[in-house]
Amino acid sequence: MWGIIRQKVGSGGLPVPISGKSLQSIRPAVSAMRSYSSAAKEMTVRDALNSALDEEMSADPKVFLMGEEVGEYQGAYKISKGLLEKYGPERVLDTPITEAGFAGIGVGAAYYGLKPVVEFMTFNFSMQAIDHIINSAAKSNYMSAGQISVPIVFRGPNGAAAGVGAQHSQCFAPWYGSCPGLKVLVPYSSEDARGLLKAAIRDPDPVVFLENELLYGESFPVSAEALDSSFCLPIGKAKIEREGKDVTITAYSKMVGYALKAAEILAKEGISAEVINLRSIRPLDKSTINASVRKTNRLVTVEEGFPQHGVGAEICTCVIEESFGYLDAPVERIAGADVPMPYAANLERMAVPQVEDIVRAAKRTCYRSVPMAAAA
Amino acid sequence: MAFSLRKSKYVIYNNLKTRMGLFGITKNRSCWTSSPTHHHSTPIAAPFVQTFRNTCASFRNTGTLFSARRFESIKAGKQVLDFPGGMVAFTSEMSFISESPKERAHCYRVLDDNGQPIIHQNIVNEEVSITMYAHMVTLQIMDTIFYEAQRQGRISFYLTTNGEEAINIASAAALTIDDLIFPQYREPGVLLWRGFTLQEFANQCFGNKADYGKGRQMPIHYGSNKHNYFTISSTIATQLPHAVGAAYSLKMEKKDACVVTYFGDGGSSEGDFHAALNFAAVMEVPVIFICRNNGWAISTPTSDQFRSDGVVVKGKAYGVRSIRVDGNDALAIYNAVHAAREMAISEHRPILIEALAYRVGHHSTSDDSTKYRPANEIEFWRTSRDPVTRFRKWIESNGWWSGEAESELRSSVRKELLHAIQFAEKVEKPSISNIFTDVYDIPPLNLCEQEISLRETIKRYPEDYPPNVPV
Repeated sequence: MWGIIRQKVGSGGLPVPISGKSLQSIRPAVSAMRSYSSAAKEMTVRDALNSALDEEMSADPKVFLMGEEVGEYQGAYKISKGLLEKYGPERVLDTPITEAGFAGIGVGAAYYGLKPVVEFMTFNFSMQAIDHIINSAAKSNYMSAGQISVPIVFRGPNGAAAGVGAQHSQCFAPWYGSCPGLKVLVPYSSEDARGLLKAAIRDPDPVVFLENELLYGESFPVSAEALDSSFCLPIGKAKIEREGKDVTITAYSKMVGYALKAAEILAKEGISAEVINLRSIRPLDKSTINASVRKTNRLVTVEEGFPQHGVGAEICTCVIEESFGYLDAPVERIAGADVPMPYAANLERMAVPQVEDIVRAAKRTCYRSVPMAAAA
Repeated sequence: MAFSLRKSKYVIYNNLKTRMGLFGITKNRSCWTSSPTHHHSTPIAAPFVQTFRNTCASFRNTGTLFSARRFESIKAGKQVLDFPGGMVAFTSEMSFISESPKERAHCYRVLDDNGQPIIHQNIVNEEVSITMYAHMVTLQIMDTIFYEAQRQGRISFYLTTNGEEAINIASAAALTIDDLIFPQYREPGVLLWRGFTLQEFANQCFGNKADYGKGRQMPIHYGSNKHNYFTISSTIATQLPHAVGAAYSLKMEKKDACVVTYFGDGGSSEGDFHAALNFAAVMEVPVIFICRNNGWAISTPTSDQFRSDGVVVKGKAYGVRSIRVDGNDALAIYNAVHAAREMAISEHRPILIEALAYRVGHHSTSDDSTKYRPANEIEFWRTSRDPVTRFRKWIESNGWWSGEAESELRSSVRKELLHAIQFAEKVEKPSISNIFTDVYDIPPLNLCEQEISLRETIKRYPEDYPPNVPV
């Protein structure tokens, strides 16, 4: 692990010893690594992402980071803190304000052998670059018949934050999730963030990595295994966060936390909910979801994004296609309100799913409360 | 009125106080005679407000906040100020920079309309010249025959390079095989120069098993890694930022090579053009942007595309060295690209070359350009301004070419092409497993399942499946 300390900057550059100052900036990860044998350490998602980027950049000189404010400003959300100092301006690029420009440039660099990590300040701004993500990154390997592979990662915060309004709050998991050629990952915990980001950077296919601004500051316990620099999570496997036998609740990103809280409340009422953290929107882990539904016979999908054509719609359909006979109740979809996100705090709260919504939906599938249609 | 003015005074004062604290000194301290703690119930006198505003304005004009030194300097009677971004001289004469220049940017040419060098200079030798000419003729014939094949229904689509043969071949000739090409779609000549055979072109157009693209794309979407020619994608100008990214990668590798990317006059309107040129200049990468300004973007003439003096002047706006060349003059293009390559690699800078030409053919086989431009205009450019003829005149005047060589070349190329087409037509189509490969590096589970399901369906209902396509 101390191999991180000396590495070349770019190709043919001078070795860059870590100064005390930059050691300080990666201290949380370093001090966590020292205590292998003691109990699980806590790590924020922000530090998890930072350490993952740091380790991957150290291990492979072709990996470089690019985006607005990632260098001097240490990252708009401080995810890339300390990286400019450690790796230099050739590997941590502050870009002009042109999402279309730097996404295209990242794709071009990936075409010719580098491994860019392109940061969008929020995926809402990725709209200005979506042509490059879809038409240049996702489809190139196919259109060129394998001649042009695009080992690029597009990452950044996705979905609603707190009080940022319509143009900063949309969840793009369904849009990117529908496009063949892309892989779409949605970490929840710090372990997810570390393992999935490392897997994404190593993956030869283009990956859209959807983080969440409100999760950056949250702390999660991380196992010793997760702190190792070779740690990697498989892409396309969901995680069962909480086992249960009465109802399956699928969720991703911040909603996993809400689903877990809902499961706690449901447990007190005698309903044992199984919470699945999807981790990956594309490829979607249909076998884990179906196996769970075949066990519990009930399904509630939870997402923050808009309901129409959402991730929940896809999950519901694939469960109906493969496990129809096992369902004991209609599937329930919990999603954000079908409106652009309002700003006022009370309105915003009504526009995103809350824990109570998940609890009520789970109860409806267990016939503990009147179905919504019948109540109308 | 009094109340609001008082409030604004507090706001302004507090703002300025912070700035003044950092400056330490201010020239206009005399205006700060009233203390902020005084409560004025009467409206603030207009002259005082005036001074306020002036103070605000001059503070704002004095550049960055975080420098305590005085940064007004007087140079030779002219006042110069250090704005973020550098020194700028002031002038008291208000004048707007004109939207159009008094004189348009000059166009570099070597050969005149009769193929004679205008000034005596060392130009390309016999071997290279004949090779260039042969490729230009081959390109011309290839275009004619593939176009006819589309009209006969043998391929679904084609687009010609008529009128731009010189741009294609001469630019390719000035480069090395290590230079990466990011084409738009009207540059098959570059690939031809690099050794792509007529058979390989035909295979792609017919989408057969031998197509390097595995039948994935429409005709003319060629691509070949071994020729350093990136697969054509239909989206306009997206290759420009790609080229800059690849150039960045090349620069980090310190290779003696550059990236060359092509686009049309229409492509220069795309946002990607702006981002690519801006970025290339900032990142200082070895990339050559070649604009084929052929006067038309499908039916949109350049007068409806932009109002600048063509594309060459845009380079200056981004800090990119640029030149305008005669796109019908193969030698001018050769010289310009050669020089640009030297500069790009040794100085790590982008170069913009605008080649003026005319799109003699229709935009593609889906277009009939006589609907939006006069047929005699097309005819004029096709005959009197043909770049191939002009170059031929030059090599003939040097005694390097003759009428027999011409007819021999044309007939042999034509024969080879017809044979290539016949052969390509008969080759099997790619097998259906190619539907599912290359979506990802390793086919995921769902695609494997879908392929199995498809094969089972074909087996069960063979009558619904074309018999001549391999499974």
